[in-house]
Amino acid sequence: MKLITHNMLTSKILKNVVTGYPLKIHAVKAELKKADFQPDFIARMIKKIDYKTLYQAAETLGYAEGMPKTEILNEEDMNNEETLKKLHEVLLEIEVIEGDLECPETGRKFPINNGIPNMLVNEEEL
Amino acid sequence: MLSTPDYSHFTTKDYDKIYEPCEDTFLFLDALEKDIQFLNELKPEIVVEIGPGSGLVINFLAKHLKESKKILFMATDINKDACLATQKTSIKNNNDINILNCDLLSPLFDRLQNKIDVLLFNPPYVVTESDELGSKSLPAAWTGGKDGREVMDRVFPMLNNLLSEKGVFYLVALKQNKIEDIELALSNLGFKMEILMNRKAGIENLFILKFDRKINI
Ligand SMILES: C[S@@+](CC[C@H](N)C(=O)[O-])C[C@H]1O[C@@H](n2cnc3c(N)ncnc32)[C@H](O)[C@@H]1O
Repeated sequence: MKLITHNMLTSKILKNVVTGYPLKIHAVKAELKKADFQPDFIARMIKKIDYKTLYQAAETLGYAEGMPKTEILNEEDMNNEETLKKLHEVLLEIEVIEGDLECPETGRKFPINNGIPNMLVNEEEL
Repeated sequence: MLSTPDYSHFTTKDYDKIYEPCEDTFLFLDALEKDIQFLNELKPEIVVEIGPGSGLVINFLAKHLKESKKILFMATDINKDACLATQKTSIKNNNDINILNCDLLSPLFDRLQNKIDVLLFNPPYVVTESDELGSKSLPAAWTGGKDGREVMDRVFPMLNNLLSEKGVFYLVALKQNKIEDIELALSNLGFKMEILMNRKAGIENLFILKFDRKINI
């Protein structure tokens, strides 16, 4: 699971959960896999994600250093090549291979195995 | 002709657990090939497939869309083995697909609002008893319940929320799924239908349908 995916996941489907976002990451195994850097793609994606959540997630995994410490990125950050490179790394290169995601409201855990989050829930949880 | 992604890593044993690419899969690829220029001109940023199974369809797009390195690809399957299979096919074909094991798009619904540019679904479309639904393994690939519609029907009401302004939805369906009725249901939700392809394969009369918004939002 890449952090760009984590950024889009909620546990709202669970009964009584209001926002279910962001899910807490517990990583047992994470890897850094090089990916082609496409500055314009990163600049476009960054507009679709929640930056605060990305920052927190990167911090949890120990990769926040070098990221602008802010709630929302400004134009200048989005045009800065170094910043975009860093964001490329946290969005697309870090991958949680084993661990789990925790619902912030109920504590329900969703396992991540082989890099794939299991977000399935039982009927009784809906 | 655009090449089919490499899936030589699967053996007959894998097809005890995941949907083996069949006529419907290949018709879907043919239809996407026919529409490839449209898709390139659309300049999608987020492409999502529900139920990738072996992963052929989304890998086909990841392989052949121009600038696919600048597209976010995501796929969700209810069958864990299909998720792993899609992952294998992605690695084999050197594509980057973000995979989730979940029901339809449930954990993505909130955060993907009006963001999906291309949504693909080759659903379980076989007419079965309703009580056969609910599988999280191989039978989930075909059990469609009443009129074969019960799974796809759950996707339709979400489209308006999920698709971007220019977003398109591709769907595989059978004649028994009542194509005109699907057209009407989607029309009431604000989408117009086009039949991209139609082919008879054995007992199946297959359709590849494409939907987009009647008016921009
Ligand atoms: C007909 S197969 C298509 C597989 C592949 N896309 C192809 O064209 O060969 C349907 C796929 O949808 C998946 N599926 C069925 N119900 C689902 C659901 N509720 N959520 C996500 N995936 C589902 C099945 O596990 C299966 O992989």
